[in-house]
Amino acid sequence: MVEKNLTVRSSPHLHSGESTKMIMLDVLIALIPACIAAVWLFGWRAAALIVVCVASCMASEYLSRRVLRRPQTVGDLSAVVTGVLLALNLPSTLPLWQAALGGVVAIVVVKQMFGGLGCNFVNPALVGRIVLMMSFATEMNTFPSPWVDGVTSPTPLAPDAAGAYDLRVLLFGFHGGTIGETCAVVLLLGFAYLLWRRIITPTIPLVFVGTVFVLSWIVDGGVYEATYQILSGGLLLGAIFMATDYVTSPVTPLGKVIFAFGCGALTVLIRHGGALNEGVSFAIVVMNILVPLIEKATYRLPFGQKRGGKHA
Amino acid sequence: MGLFSRVRGVKAPHRKNTADRETVKMSVPETVILSMAQHIGPPCKPTVKVGDTVEVGQVVGDSDAFLSAPVHASVSGEVTAITTIVMPSGQPAEAVVIRSDGEQRVHESVVPPTVESYDDFVKAVRDSGLVGLGGAGFPTHVKLQPKNLEEVDTVIVNAAECEPYITADYRECMENSWNIVSGMQTVMEYLDTQRVIIAIEANKPDAIATLTDIAKTVSKPGREVLVHTLPARYPQGAEKVLIAEVTGRKVPPGKLPADVGCVVMNVTSVSVLAWYLKSGMPLVEKRLTIDGSAVKEPKNVLVPLGTPIKDVMAFCGGYKEEPRKILMGGPMMGIALRDDELPILKQNNAILAFAEEELLPAPSACIRCGRCASVCPMSLTPPVLATAYAKEDAKELEKRGIMVCMECGSCAYVCPANRPIVQTMRLAKDLVRKAQKKS
Ligand code: SF4
Ligand code: SF4
Repeated sequence: MVEKNLTVRSSPHLHSGESTKMIMLDVLIALIPACIAAVWLFGWRAAALIVVCVASCMASEYLSRRVLRRPQTVGDLSAVVTGVLLALNLPSTLPLWQAALGGVVAIVVVKQMFGGLGCNFVNPALVGRIVLMMSFATEMNTFPSPWVDGVTSPTPLAPDAAGAYDLRVLLFGFHGGTIGETCAVVLLLGFAYLLWRRIITPTIPLVFVGTVFVLSWIVDGGVYEATYQILSGGLLLGAIFMATDYVTSPVTPLGKVIFAFGCGALTVLIRHGGALNEGVSFAIVVMNILVPLIEKATYRLPFGQKRGGKHA
Repeated sequence: MGLFSRVRGVKAPHRKNTADRETVKMSVPETVILSMAQHIGPPCKPTVKVGDTVEVGQVVGDSDAFLSAPVHASVSGEVTAITTIVMPSGQPAEAVVIRSDGEQRVHESVVPPTVESYDDFVKAVRDSGLVGLGGAGFPTHVKLQPKNLEEVDTVIVNAAECEPYITADYRECMENSWNIVSGMQTVMEYLDTQRVIIAIEANKPDAIATLTDIAKTVSKPGREVLVHTLPARYPQGAEKVLIAEVTGRKVPPGKLPADVGCVVMNVTSVSVLAWYLKSGMPLVEKRLTIDGSAVKEPKNVLVPLGTPIKDVMAFCGGYKEEPRKILMGGPMMGIALRDDELPILKQNNAILAFAEEELLPAPSACIRCGRCASVCPMSLTPPVLATAYAKEDAKELEKRGIMVCMECGSCAYVCPANRPIVQTMRLAKDLVRKAQKKS
């Protein structure tokens, strides 16, 4: 007879083997092309920003967990993802200490103070960026041209530059902007990888970008203008990597559509009507806050239940 | 007949290692322990006393309750004790212990029943002692007596066997195909339905071919025997999933299969029933898949009911390594046992023993990735339910459909954070039940 040594736990007794860490690793792999392009376009400063942001996020994660006496989670790589995303959202000339501060804000204030991974209701990297924009407006709004030291160029969305760039330039990223947002091709490569690995479903990026395209077409009156809009600023980076963040987007399929539509509509509204040239970050953060409501309203009906019918 | 599933699920590994091994009959055990609670509903009362001599097929426990099925002696010998055992669920149950004399004398009551009407038929089903497979053990005769019998137009025979490792039903299909088909025809006739459909997963092509051949020869217009191929995907064998897959009908929450015109029977039950009608021998033995990394000789074994698990294991060459986990049932829904003393029950179809815990990542925070929701066959959204449970919000839980969760484990299988979702669901259901009782 055997006894004592038997494990008694709840079913199921099998697991797919997938883990949070593996998902984060896949996201990081999807970001590699964007990181390479950033360094290629903006030089060693881009590399330095990425390293500083990742280090700052990881240190913040590690220390917060220690101070709060919670199980250590720095190994799940989510802080690394936040660090890379934050860096990709910064201009290459930003002083490194400011970048590091952004990482601290993202991890300590936005993520860990709410309980850590899964409990934050807004995207840490985006709020880190927004806080930096409000604190260091000048530095955050200076966008150097790729390859040329000391020369700045307006982002394609700046009022005096509207329509100034060739679409091919936008596609490959030879224009001003944050280090990770300019090159559309590499972002799309990352998107393809995420889809292939089934890390994300295409819903949010497609609806987000689609909404911006259609609304810009209506407002600006042309396919060229609409294409210009979707290739400019942080739209692709935001739609592919930030709006799809699991924690801060709805889990319900219909909720994803509504969320992404909201992101797109707000982006167009801010770009055209607001004091700001770029609205992707704000749009996503606003929609992040609405996620619980969207989720409630779009809850799927359980199997066999009829809409309006009495629940069992 | 689609290979595209209408209902979600997961691609669990099959691991049907024992599929090609012919069933072996186990030698008669020294003692058997027959639990009086092998079905859902009021337990049976022993109908024998300590010291009585019993024979194979003799009733040793019965109940007047409608929701019950009798228990029969699986060996001939002497009743040595009437004790209390702890069932896998943790509930205590009365049990009749019989010491075998090794002769397997058959009791005089074992004669083919006379069945001429529907009433005779359901009585025969009850007398056969049959209960449904799976955890609960719903008495088969109750299933065959729905309140709206005239609305039932389809009998579905469940041979999906979607749990990894288990091949007991598959062996039944291969070894007793004629029995199965004749049982199907009988059920169809007495329930007066037009069709009976046997549903099997696509990963069992041999069984599909064999049964299709036989079905063709016996099908008549108005009394059709059909074979339906299911996608090999867990949990196709779950009753509601099976019905949706085969007929496109969805059983609403809190309703029964009969409410959408279906009666579902397990394939082995159908076969045992056919055998009972022919021979009068009730359910006294069961085919079990014995497998897992700790078992020396994995195989399918025909085991007398009530045989202690350790004896079955000894018959399979014993343990190769010290087991760390013993499961009654498959790895997705099976119950982890405290020891191997427990007797085999009617509703068992597998005992799996593992030397090493399957490598499971430690639970971490839910990242709201939605994987659980995207595989849930019942279209539930576990993270939303988990939040409602944390707030002890019974109303919200009920509204969001917690009661339709069938604890299939698909959600927990895919969860990258390895959340104990099924456990949470069970606790949440308890919470709702308690709240319902109060109001
Ligand atoms: S699969 Fe796990 S981590 Fe993902 S949403 Fe469900 S419970 Fe959360
Ligand atoms: S929530 Fe329930 S029904 Fe849905 S997958 Fe999980 S265990 Fe199965």
